[in-house]
Amino acid sequence: MEFFLNQVINGIQLGLVYALIALGYTMVYGIVKLINFAHGDVFMVGAFLGYFGFTYWGLPWPVAILVSMVICAILGVVIERIAYRPLRYAPRIVALISAIGVSFFLEYFCSLKFVFGANYRVVQRPLPEISWHIGGITITNIQLLILVAVVGMLILLQWIVHRTKVGAAMRTVSFDHDAARLMGVNVDRTISFTFALGSAMAAMGGVLYAIAYPQIQPFMGIMPGLKAFTAAVLGGIGLIPGAVLGALIMGQVETMTAAFISSQLRDAIAFAILIIVLLFRPSGILGRTEPEKV
Amino acid sequence: MSKSKWFLFLAVAVIAVALVVSGCGGAKEQGAQQEQNGSSGNVVKIGLMTPLQGDVKTFGESVQKGFELALEEANYKAGDFTIEKVIVDDRNDATEATNVATKLIDQDKVAAIVGSVTSKCTIPASAIAQAKGVVMVSPTATAAKVTMDPDRKDYIFRACFIDPFQGTVGARFALNDLKAKTAAIMYDQGNDYTIGLAKAFKQEFEKGGGKVIAEEAYAQQDVDFSAVLTNIAKQQPDILYLPDYYQKVSLIGKQARDKGITAAFLGGDGWDSTELDFATMDGGYFTAHYSSDDPRPEVANWVTKFKEKYGSEPDSFATLAYDATKLVLKAIEDAKSNDPAKIKEALQAIKDYPVVSGNITFDDQGNPVKAAAILQVQKDGSYKFVTTVKP
Repeated sequence: MEFFLNQVINGIQLGLVYALIALGYTMVYGIVKLINFAHGDVFMVGAFLGYFGFTYWGLPWPVAILVSMVICAILGVVIERIAYRPLRYAPRIVALISAIGVSFFLEYFCSLKFVFGANYRVVQRPLPEISWHIGGITITNIQLLILVAVVGMLILLQWIVHRTKVGAAMRTVSFDHDAARLMGVNVDRTISFTFALGSAMAAMGGVLYAIAYPQIQPFMGIMPGLKAFTAAVLGGIGLIPGAVLGALIMGQVETMTAAFISSQLRDAIAFAILIIVLLFRPSGILGRTEPEKV
Repeated sequence: MSKSKWFLFLAVAVIAVALVVSGCGGAKEQGAQQEQNGSSGNVVKIGLMTPLQGDVKTFGESVQKGFELALEEANYKAGDFTIEKVIVDDRNDATEATNVATKLIDQDKVAAIVGSVTSKCTIPASAIAQAKGVVMVSPTATAAKVTMDPDRKDYIFRACFIDPFQGTVGARFALNDLKAKTAAIMYDQGNDYTIGLAKAFKQEFEKGGGKVIAEEAYAQQDVDFSAVLTNIAKQQPDILYLPDYYQKVSLIGKQARDKGITAAFLGGDGWDSTELDFATMDGGYFTAHYSSDDPRPEVANWVTKFKEKYGSEPDSFATLAYDATKLVLKAIEDAKSNDPAKIKEALQAIKDYPVVSGNITFDDQGNPVKAAAILQVQKDGSYKFVTTVKP
């Protein structure tokens, strides 16, 4: 039983990290109907910036996270401005290809020697490792930190989307760009804000990921990005609680498969479940036929 | 394409071919001898085939250093024969490897070739050497197909041990020196190197009475091993065998310690990198081709000479190239002949010949039977020589 609970905690940790990435995917999709494939790479840039912050720039790690979030927010806005905005009224496949292009660009640009370099870097954890043993189960401070970060982000996002003016603008834009513009909403600025918010969250996810799994390299964003995207679709893309739910399910399925069935089958079973769920609920677990966007 | 364009294309192609052919002709020595390979009189030509450009250029440069140092040390002599060297660059490209191997054999008439460095180049080049009856000793190509395809290529040898051998040696070290009774194995399901080591380890460990309590595979891009490691932590094995490259074992090692696994880490030569996480892997053991701290006199002599000439510590590529070259020289001396057929017999007959990486005897597959070094990772970023384990 304790063994089982420990595996549940492993799954929650993995799921929460996916959740931080999935939130950005789902928000951008909700607003502009674009699968931002570069999101996993913003996550990677965030991880590197956080690492530089607390390893070389001498920043305390919470400050390093904030710095990384701010820089990535700017990066997200710049990516949108250069690669997506000019294509907003082009067929959707064009923006998708552009997103894939940005993704490859970030990966290979960051691999250059004078940028981050292609080699693997070992991250020395900036905070002491503490673990608590409660009745046979083990919880670490890093797991708690990730939990607090995700819950905090979730509350903040729900507040922004449902209680603020910019949130109201986001919801309006998600329904209809043209109608929103007629209502006096600045569509461009709202979309920029969405990218900034999503990228900042990816950056936070990246730094926490680098602390939990202490190794970084320029291609580290690909797999977590894909899994988080899957999680967002599983939960119902465009829905903020759906992204978190989907991510938690993905984390549990992967961990339980590896723990009780076979570590070789973890991805196969995780993605098989995705297909089965989508066959019965094409708009995701929380998705409705006419879902509330964002 | 219109007719005129076709013509232009053809013309360019013809000129290109002509240029290549004349280029080759220009390289041919004046008055090339018509003897068979092995050269005339008391001269023996030895070729070195190594990548001096391309993705593994640094490997090739190390190999060249080891090769040249071995020849200089022997004063370009083997028994009564004078040695002439011919160095060619295969750029770590399989096609180029067949070209330069053919050139060495047909034009330069070498009796023996040292090379090449990677299995990718050595496999096609060895087929040519075998067909034309020229001895070839690869310093570092580890694939089984280099010497067996599927039958023994009796002109082909190598100076390094092959991958599964490291697993066998690791298991023996775990059983005999670490007195381990239980072990867990984690390996990359998509990489022949780690699969080979893991399989051989398991086989030997169980044969020696040990128990493998977990054997877990992962994919190359995995970063979260917590589920599997929680499983392993429950059973607390004596050994956690991690036969992967330095980045992956660093990551697994860190998470294993997070989960409270106290087992000793053990691995293969994939750990040998300055980018290993030394703090995490501190105290872990791995099998390697040789250690510069090995107290045997051949090792000390080699390290001193290399430092004198090149000003740096020799790596395993330089070392194995030096050994491969020494083996060829020894075989020429023993054979008292520059005939490749006799040299090959002398190589196969070599017994316990002391070179840097061990005392070498060849098995019936052309692989050296020699001890492997066991190194221990130190926190400060160095390796400590522990012992050698005989096969």
